[in-house]
Amino acid sequence: MYDFTLVKPKNLADAVAAIADGAQALSGGQTLLPTMKQRLADPGTLVSLSGIPELHGVCKGDGGIIIGGATPHAVVAREAAKYYPALAALANQIGDPAVRNRGTIGGSIANNDPSACYPAAALGSGAIIQTNTREIAADDYFRGMFETALHEGEIVTGVKFPVPQKAAYIKFVQPASRFALVGAFVAQFADGVRVAITGASNNGVFRWAEAEAALSANFAPKALMGLTLPADDMISDLHGTAEYRAHLCGVMVKRAVMAA
Amino acid sequence: MPKDGGIGASTKRREDIRFLTGKGRYTDDINLRGQAYAYFLRSEVAHGRINHIDTKTAAAMPGVLTILTGDDFVAMGGNPAGWLIHSRNGDPMKEPKRPVLAHGKVRHVGDAYAVVIAETYQQARDAAACIDADITDLPAVVDMARALSDSTNLVHDEIGTNQCFDWGWIEDNRAAVDAAFATAPHITTLQLINNRLTPNAMEPRASLGDFDPGTGDYKLYTTSQNPHLHRLLIAAFVMGMPENKLTVIAPDVGGGFGSKIYHYGEEAAVLQAAKLLNRPVKWVAERSESFLSDAHGRDHVTKIELATTKDGEFLALRTETMANVGAYLSNFSTATPTFLHGTVMAGPYKTPLIYVNVKTVFTNTAPVDAYRGAGRPEATYSLERVIDKCARELGIDQAEIRRKNLLTPDQFPYQTPVGLVYDTGNYQATLDKLTDIADLAGFEARRATSAKNGKLRGLGLSTWVEACGIAPSNLVGVLGARVGLFDAATVRVNATGNISVMTGAHSHGQGHETVFAQIVADRLGIPAESVDIVHGDTSKIPFGMGSYGSRSLSVAGSAMTKAVDKIIAKGKKIAAHMLEASENDIEFKDGSFSVAGTDKAKTFGEIAFSAYVPHNYPLETLEPGLEETAFYDPANFTYPAGAYACEVELDPDTGHVTIASFACADDFGNVMNPMIVNGQVHGGVGQGIGQALLENTTYDENGQLLTGSFMDYAMPRASDVPYYTVDHSCNTPCTHNPLGAKGCGEAGAIGSPPAVVNAVIDALHRAGHSHVTHIDMPVSPARVWAAMNQA
Ligand SMILES: Cc1cc2nc3c(=O)[nH]c(=O)nc-3n(C[C@H](O)[C@H](O)[C@H](O)COP(=O)(O)OP(=O)(O)OC[C@H]3O[C@@H](n4cnc5c(N)ncnc54)[C@H](O)[C@@H]3O)c2cc1C
Repeated sequence: MYDFTLVKPKNLADAVAAIADGAQALSGGQTLLPTMKQRLADPGTLVSLSGIPELHGVCKGDGGIIIGGATPHAVVAREAAKYYPALAALANQIGDPAVRNRGTIGGSIANNDPSACYPAAALGSGAIIQTNTREIAADDYFRGMFETALHEGEIVTGVKFPVPQKAAYIKFVQPASRFALVGAFVAQFADGVRVAITGASNNGVFRWAEAEAALSANFAPKALMGLTLPADDMISDLHGTAEYRAHLCGVMVKRAVMAA
Repeated sequence: MPKDGGIGASTKRREDIRFLTGKGRYTDDINLRGQAYAYFLRSEVAHGRINHIDTKTAAAMPGVLTILTGDDFVAMGGNPAGWLIHSRNGDPMKEPKRPVLAHGKVRHVGDAYAVVIAETYQQARDAAACIDADITDLPAVVDMARALSDSTNLVHDEIGTNQCFDWGWIEDNRAAVDAAFATAPHITTLQLINNRLTPNAMEPRASLGDFDPGTGDYKLYTTSQNPHLHRLLIAAFVMGMPENKLTVIAPDVGGGFGSKIYHYGEEAAVLQAAKLLNRPVKWVAERSESFLSDAHGRDHVTKIELATTKDGEFLALRTETMANVGAYLSNFSTATPTFLHGTVMAGPYKTPLIYVNVKTVFTNTAPVDAYRGAGRPEATYSLERVIDKCARELGIDQAEIRRKNLLTPDQFPYQTPVGLVYDTGNYQATLDKLTDIADLAGFEARRATSAKNGKLRGLGLSTWVEACGIAPSNLVGVLGARVGLFDAATVRVNATGNISVMTGAHSHGQGHETVFAQIVADRLGIPAESVDIVHGDTSKIPFGMGSYGSRSLSVAGSAMTKAVDKIIAKGKKIAAHMLEASENDIEFKDGSFSVAGTDKAKTFGEIAFSAYVPHNYPLETLEPGLEETAFYDPANFTYPAGAYACEVELDPDTGHVTIASFACADDFGNVMNPMIVNGQVHGGVGQGIGQALLENTTYDENGQLLTGSFMDYAMPRASDVPYYTVDHSCNTPCTHNPLGAKGCGEAGAIGSPPAVVNAVIDALHRAGHSHVTHIDMPVSPARVWAAMNQA
């Protein structure tokens, strides 16, 4: 690790100001700190978001539930369960207890790891990403592996999730990291079904339009019969070929429908 | 009923209290006054020529005390291979020098070529980033087959080949084996890979070097499984100093699995730096460095052929193996694929004709050496997999084909065709026991239940024997070992009757402090609490070859037993004097010396006191004091054996395999502490399951390590392993050591991988995927799915 300075602002405005000065946001640190330990990042100054009350908590608002950007996964697992069980269950499957008690939804959404779980929930729910300057629809927010619509210095302050009638997230874990080798989030709303898949694509989390159409017509596993995804843009690595991942997408979506 | 705290009791591990409450004292917990820190600069390329290393800028960085490169160590000796192996043509193996720091070339990613010593670790690391190394990239030699045929890209140019040796075992058997194959009614052939593993001890390697300019004495605190071996290698071979000038201390050590047997360059480097700077120098590996530079395990590519009759009687066995030794010869690396592998290829079977060929290959990868089981898992895996395939081809039940070929109890002692003499065993008994504890009869019903849940269930067996208790020195000497493999113990009875036992075994998680105390206490009839076990310090221990090869109990424990017997013998002399009886009339039982047939007796404590306060003592004929040392060299290897059954459930949609159950019926000879033995089996089988399903050290074609962290190297977690069923009631005590013990440390890792893979293949066959005859480890979901869907 290189030397760094840690700033602990008490409110969002101070955090925004500090980050505008070229510092980097530190939320749970579960991604950033390992990178720094390996000397792959040298942020100079870190601005901790964990002491800012307005970035914390799970609450019910109009049109869904809002989760503060600095809310740890464990808190979501506990407090979102009564509003949005599928989301709480997803949070409860991220990493291990230590990761869940430190890692946050804002950090996960900002980082947009192609194998992370929250991006599937956000895209699959049609969530709104709230920042210190604007609101961004999930469909416009995720821009590919580790790419988002966030501007330099912009902070994710919260994520607003519309609550579907039924939903489920099924993750097939990469055996070493236990991130998603393929994870599917399926959500049925009054006006249709959304299907988001993480872990599989070279372009990060994505929606599977054909599956959405089929499930909107008939929300049952058999509606997916014959539907396949092309392997062309899928990730191929030590843990699975592109073909395998394409296959798993179908299996995970089917299982999510059954679990919803 | 075993005595409380005595032999056979499941005494709780006394050392766990300090481990579980954070009071263990590991190398990194030791800090000496004025200590400086070392950072090793490691190669980022797999193969490169070092043209120039410019350290000028780095040396001027804050806190930097010195920077050493390969040039600073050229005068030192190489880190030697412990076994000299000869090729089939009689040539000795190729032994390129392994320097303290890379010199001339870097030969694997992670090969250290410079070390910075600074006031703080961060300063050393900062400075290392400013070292300007001019290294020309060379093509990496990674694939073994290609390495063997390559005569231009050489890991070690000076030896003119990438082959270390081409070994035949036993060469004289070869013609007869080939002849048997030529006429065999049935031949089963299997090509397989024994996957490369990273040991991943919980505590990374660490070393703290110290030098006393007043006496000229060096002291090294390090993560070692065998401090005396480290002392010998560093003093006599690498640094060229008298052994009495070096003390090696291996305090608490957090796991080794083989990887901490060996001497590594970092250890000599911190000692040398300590001397140059006249300050203690500490180095602690980061986990990334462990992945890159700890000796890896396994990495064999094997073709195995089994010749049988039509009804499955084994006639002959033949194997051809390429074994990776990596970029340099690590200390046991030449023994592992040869005498720890070829010699156990008979398994528990009466196969009359066997020939093993092993070519060892240098590659631009980290050195490969013994890892829990070492050679025996590779042999067992090849054998148990080919038997499984053969049974399927011939339509014979898996248990049946094994039962038909197992040695029978009347055949012991049994001379195998590959050089060993099994002293004792009852392989039918363990297989019968397994049939019972694994409820093999109930398998079909369990399979039906799994099927109802959409899962494919399979059953895999493995019956195995291994050779451990390493090792009879005269035998291994003939086989090429450059060291003896005896062990030693000193039993020091204090004046007040309590005891310190100095053992040459080293505990790095095994529970020696508990078990050895049980053995000594039991034999002396005193409470185990009165006995302390001292290990891991060359200045305290008479001598010792350390712990690996399941040798601690059978070799070091036997030395201890001999020393205790000497104590008893001396005690009888003292008692005879005090009780005014003849020495021959003194009996020792339950801590009391008595005159046979009388009630005249002295307690052990009274005898000890008399030895140190010799007022009424036969000083004319007997020295005072009560302390005895014994060395023990085993007459033979020991041969633990067992029968394992694994049931898996396979998800046909994803290829994911779950271990549904795992049962072990083992014969470890006499068992000292059943709880600890269970733990050893659990851990060993856990590592075997890790190898079978998850772990795979992978380099790309440029020699870059793809599995350099736990994000990509899959370790087994608690949820990957089942509740084990473990039995060790079928004992045939070892016939040649005083404890009748065979050793249990490696068994689980040896016997389990084939049981797992056999179970996966079984599940697939029962579900109609009969085209799948083999899947290489790790049997990952992706590989299973690909195998199921291959045309
Ligand atoms: C062992 C382990 C297992 C894991 N398993 C999983 C898993 O199964 N599934 C999964 O999805 N994830 C997993 N993770 C990742 C974990 O969920 C992290 O918490 C998450 O990726 C990052 O969140 P964080 O709060 O720790 O962010 P940090 O590490 O603090 O920050 C990550 C990045 O986001 C930026 N950032 C942080 N907060 C904000 C914000 N509010 N606005 C803008 N930018 C911000 C930081 O500057 C940094 O660049 C795992 C991590 C570990 C260490």
